[in-house]
Amino acid sequence: MADSIQMQVTRYAPAPGAVPTVANYDVPLRKDWSILDGLNFVKDHIDGSLSFRWSCRMGICGSCGMNVEGQPQLTCATFLSDYAPGPVRVEPLTNFPIVRDLVVDIDDFMEKLPRVKPWIIRDDDVTVIDGEYLQTPEELEEYKQFSNCINCMLCYAACPIYGLEPEFIGPAAIALAERYDLDTRDRGQRERLDVLIEKEGVWGCTFVGECTRVCPKHVDPAGAIQRYKLKAAQENVMAFLLPRAAR
Amino acid sequence: MSAPITYRQPVSRLWWLKKRTYLLFVLRELSSIFVAWFAVFLMIMVVAIGRGEASYQNFVNWAASPVVIMINVIALAFLILHTVTWFVLTPQAMVVRGPGSRLALTTKEVNVEGRWVSAATAVRVGGRLPAAAVIASQYAGLLVVSAFIAWLVLR
Amino acid sequence: MNEGAAAAHDVLLVGGGAAGLRAAIAIAETSPDLSVAVVSKVYPMRSHTVSAEGGAAGAIAADDTLDEHAYDTVSGSDWLCDQDAVEAFVQEAPRELLQLEHWGCPWSREPDGRIAVRAFGGMKNMRTWFAADKTGFHMLHSLFQTSLKYSDLTRYDEWFVTRLLVDDGRVHGVVAIELMTGRIDVITAKSVVLCNGGSGKVFPYTTNANICTGDGMALAYRAGAPLKDMEFVQYHPTGLPFTGILITEATRAEGGWLLNKDGYRYLQDYDLGKPEPTPVLRSMELGPRDRLSQAFVHEVEKGRTIESPYGPIVHLDLRHLGAKLIDTKLPMVRELCMKYERIDPVTELIPVRPVVHYMMGGVHTDINGATPIDGLFAAGETACVTINGANRLGSNSLPECLVFGARAGKAAAEYAVSAKPPSPAVLRQADDEVRRLEQMRSFDKGQERIADIREDMQSTMEDSAGIFRSGDSLAKGIDQLAELQQRLERVQLDDRTTAFNTELVAALELANMLDISETMLQSAIQREESRGAHQRTDFTTRDDTRFLNHALAYREPDGSVRIERLPVTITRWPPGERVYGR
Repeated sequence: MADSIQMQVTRYAPAPGAVPTVANYDVPLRKDWSILDGLNFVKDHIDGSLSFRWSCRMGICGSCGMNVEGQPQLTCATFLSDYAPGPVRVEPLTNFPIVRDLVVDIDDFMEKLPRVKPWIIRDDDVTVIDGEYLQTPEELEEYKQFSNCINCMLCYAACPIYGLEPEFIGPAAIALAERYDLDTRDRGQRERLDVLIEKEGVWGCTFVGECTRVCPKHVDPAGAIQRYKLKAAQENVMAFLLPRAAR
Repeated sequence: MSAPITYRQPVSRLWWLKKRTYLLFVLRELSSIFVAWFAVFLMIMVVAIGRGEASYQNFVNWAASPVVIMINVIALAFLILHTVTWFVLTPQAMVVRGPGSRLALTTKEVNVEGRWVSAATAVRVGGRLPAAAVIASQYAGLLVVSAFIAWLVLR
Repeated sequence: MNEGAAAAHDVLLVGGGAAGLRAAIAIAETSPDLSVAVVSKVYPMRSHTVSAEGGAAGAIAADDTLDEHAYDTVSGSDWLCDQDAVEAFVQEAPRELLQLEHWGCPWSREPDGRIAVRAFGGMKNMRTWFAADKTGFHMLHSLFQTSLKYSDLTRYDEWFVTRLLVDDGRVHGVVAIELMTGRIDVITAKSVVLCNGGSGKVFPYTTNANICTGDGMALAYRAGAPLKDMEFVQYHPTGLPFTGILITEATRAEGGWLLNKDGYRYLQDYDLGKPEPTPVLRSMELGPRDRLSQAFVHEVEKGRTIESPYGPIVHLDLRHLGAKLIDTKLPMVRELCMKYERIDPVTELIPVRPVVHYMMGGVHTDINGATPIDGLFAAGETACVTINGANRLGSNSLPECLVFGARAGKAAAEYAVSAKPPSPAVLRQADDEVRRLEQMRSFDKGQERIADIREDMQSTMEDSAGIFRSGDSLAKGIDQLAELQQRLERVQLDDRTTAFNTELVAALELANMLDISETMLQSAIQREESRGAHQRTDFTTRDDTRFLNHALAYREPDGSVRIERLPVTITRWPPGERVYGR
């Protein structure tokens, strides 16, 4: 293995009319180093002005999503040696406005998430004194996969619809809505339905499926969206055919 | 909070050329056009048959022309793509349950005469068939239907 | 550019992890008329709570009692905890965990649908609730998503608090940098709750994330509040060698073994019981973390550990658990091992060694999270109530965040209701702070790199205040830290941009860490005994006559540390011997 590898990193400082540029840095090529370790080497020893987000370095906090060689990745979970001999291009996540260097603005997602009401909705008076809601392991299994989303935004970076139509609520938000819909403790299906059957809801999705392919936690948001579409369509048909009947 | 200056990354019109999977997606979507073509082609054939021997012969001659053959070859390729991709996507898009599933009692909001009320209901949990089983069963179904039609046409 | 306060709130929560979000929800539910805000240097779902794996303890099993949970905690703390706080904690923990269940937390279940509990280190009964092996992740996301229900709750995401505004013994708000733009601003509040987590990054090998730099502790310390029990640093026995990534105690609770280079379960040599094929509560691998980490050091001294490129390690053996159990109960552990060590724990041994994990010490608070400064509260790892004393039991810290987050939130709300609005004098303090930060940002005669000072601090701390310390090592460390403080004043920042200047943040975090390190070493050198996680090679036994008390570290005007002592609160369990394995 060679000694070092070149990282080609996007740089950007906000100013009227400023555009991103690329800077090249040579970092040590160590077997155990992730892309993030490489970026930290640059920041610590070459150029302290390189800005990027990171925290847990173990793929659970979702901070360090960036484009590596054009693919959205968690940079803490991708290794320099995978790109040897290099060079390896590191860019900010696609489809998000760039704030600074590799840092993007995710406020759009933060605004969309509460819209799908990702919390347990029920209106009975069960309190903690009554104990836990019973939920068998199989019932837990029904939504568990969708509860593993770390909000890393790789799916939004991969989704061409989100790039072309930024009003699209997006994979992670819809997957979280489905997570609550499938949770047997929740009663909020119809409240979320109202939000998601809009054009910028599930019907904006054309099942490209790239979101599922890039998801580092195997959440399968594409699956969640299609299942939601099926459910929404069934609701519509039933409401049309049997408007006055309880099912 | 002040408004920051951010840089909006431009989305290229040729975004679908940037990844193999994007290209496959666009081709898959395009394949619907050729599915429609075959439906139309079949309808033309049925109408031609209905109008009698001469009309059918005209149809056959037309279908045998090089242009139509080329179109149909391309369309067949797209049809195969359409079938293969959608068969693979089916288990992801819907949950198909087998004998291992059971009913779990829960409550759900249902629409009764315009009002939403809580009603006891049952949902199926567990027993989800593996993707391979779902895909295989679709091919099995395709084989059975194709065999039947072949027998109908060739006997 | 400061033109007066950016905003004013009744209660301000600094930090958006389990403690901060729990406090926010508690206030939103009990006092919906109050204006509440959460300010965090990261988006809340990035808070370090997210990395917790193993579980959260709450006594709910039919054969479990609150007293037993309390006793396990008291003895686990080597009798340094405040027992009134522990009694309140064990009582409220099950309620809090149940509340979280109602808020959607996907706790793992028994086949009949009831909450499942598992064994954990130092606990006599199975009482640790868990959500697969991503308990902290699920708890944090459940709390965060629930907090979204309260549309009146304001959030300042990615605002870095640099200073508490305190006047006349009372807190009035904070000065913070809005990271996105670099604007420095004032947020006034009638009460403030510090929930900033721990400070593991003071050490070189830690399970902690990059953001764990003790900001809350430093803010309080500089404002005049004392830091308590700072000498007690928990080393988690099983972290991965290079990255320090946590391999949860649940691996041992499910039956994992710790083996030295001879494949021998070495813990049996350290008064932790006899090895059995299946886990025995409070014995062997389920002993308390301090004793297990100390055993490792002894094994190193005996030459019985394995040499790795990153220092001595031992092996965690999960092979006998089987793929099915590992995939159900420990799936993330398997993924982490495969990705970061390129080994599969189903068939191979995991290389592990003790790494810094948790700070038992923190901002001194009472049982309701109140600090000696009026209107200033603290909760979670930032605070030291203390229920953890000299050593924390695994799975106690997550419910601690919930119990004391709720308590501190409600206490802060109560204070805010009757408090007068902030005095205008604080705005002058704020101006001073803005000036200081702008000077830092534009300083261009520096000679030192942040990373160099930080690495030197980390190796100083590891050498002087590791699992075993001595008066000599601590004294040397104190001198080295003083030198590092000097070097920090000459630090060079490359980053001249105001927008998202993470280098400035790193320098401020380093300043926080240096201040906290000083309190850690001073507290340690003055505790001339060995207790729990504080082991002195020159004072090897526990000394209840002189040291059944806490060290309170105050900041003197010249920057030095003054230690006072505060007796431990004993209610029902007089000091006894910590016994494990027999």
